[in-house]
Amino acid sequence: MQYFFNYPIVLRQFDQLWNGLLLAIGFAFVSLLIGAALGIVAAFARVYGGPALRGVVATYVEVVRNIPFLLLIFIMYFGIPSLKLGLGTFRLRLDENGATIAALAIYAGAYLTEIFRAGILAVPRQQIEAGRALGLTGLQVAWLITLPITFRVVLPSLGSTLISLFKDTSIASAISVRELTYAGIQINLQTWRVIEVWSLVAALYLATTAALAAGLRFLERRFAIPGWGQ
Amino acid sequence: MWAVVESWRLLAQGLLVTLAISAATVALGTVIGGLGGLVLLYGALPLRWLWRVYVDVVRGIPQLVLIFAIYYLLPVVGINVPAVVAGVAALSLFAGAHMSEIARGAIGSIPRGQHDAARALGLAFWGRLRWVVLPLALPRAIPPWVNTVVEMVKGSALVSLVSIVDLLFAAQKILERTGQAIPLYLTLCVVYFLINFGISRLGGMLERRFAYKT
Repeated sequence: MQYFFNYPIVLRQFDQLWNGLLLAIGFAFVSLLIGAALGIVAAFARVYGGPALRGVVATYVEVVRNIPFLLLIFIMYFGIPSLKLGLGTFRLRLDENGATIAALAIYAGAYLTEIFRAGILAVPRQQIEAGRALGLTGLQVAWLITLPITFRVVLPSLGSTLISLFKDTSIASAISVRELTYAGIQINLQTWRVIEVWSLVAALYLATTAALAAGLRFLERRFAIPGWGQ
Repeated sequence: MWAVVESWRLLAQGLLVTLAISAATVALGTVIGGLGGLVLLYGALPLRWLWRVYVDVVRGIPQLVLIFAIYYLLPVVGINVPAVVAGVAALSLFAGAHMSEIARGAIGSIPRGQHDAARALGLAFWGRLRWVVLPLALPRAIPPWVNTVVEMVKGSALVSLVSIVDLLFAAQKILERTGQAIPLYLTLCVVYFLINFGISRLGGMLERRFAYKT
């Protein structure tokens, strides 16, 4: 068979792909932040909470980790508005970007709960006892001792979650979010330069995941606890 | 709730498609992965590099991009197959890449001493693999393999975006007709949860069955 490559026609719309990539990176970082906040709170609830609270957190984690991400996005985008929640004339609904961030954050939160839980449990008892001996309150111990150590312990897992989130942003194309995959589909349908479009999209994803991974390795070295795990 | 009860037939058909696609993907992915583990460890150089490129590229791009790329690419290179074949091919390539890494990790984690002892017993390469290395590597591969199986069931929902009528696509079709989003989505959450929770449980049983008896 004969196939003539025509990259220029695709590259003419490169800014569409580029903007899509930037949007995807933005989604990944924002949802990692929200998801981490969610995960930290849920992890402390799971470790130190009562049985009821622990049950709620466990259900959240298990359900979210066992359903497809696409279903979660659909729930946020189509399901939430159909509940007609709200006050007066205000009705809770999410636009496609809001639904994407909400879904990504809830998804990340479930995975990060488990990651932070392991991190909290990895903090040596003596550290916490030393804090109590100094007269710190429970909250102060959590904030000044447990969290800083936990953060440094879970940093590698936090990094791989960021990369997964970045790749999962592609699924937001299903609700017409103008991220990288959506741009790829649009250009594919306009130009029908299948190989050029998808090789370019794949290259952009690959380059970004590689760059993120390199950046994270640097951060890991920077924040490593000297002597930890040896 | 009525929408779900009324349309149970369509949902059940979708569920069968989801299960069939997941099973096919896991089967193909396991074959590719098993082969990949051996190639990555023992393969001749150019082949080993090629496989490494395949694994790293597939793991660095989203599943959905792989599905779209193969879905649109196959007709261009003159292969006209139903969408479901493209979907299964893409998901299997994805599973194969992850399982290659799992197999490589599990086989590679077996201490050199075991290889050397097997060699000292006079076993040839395949004999060493069959009787010594693989029985030791298999239990180590089970937990990550089960995780990948769950990921594949979840990933199978993505084929609904290339118009394959799986469970999620069936739900979206019923939703368009009835507008009953919440009952439908809740049902799907329960079904997916039960499938994947069941797989994890079965995986746990497998793990115990194959654990070293010391």
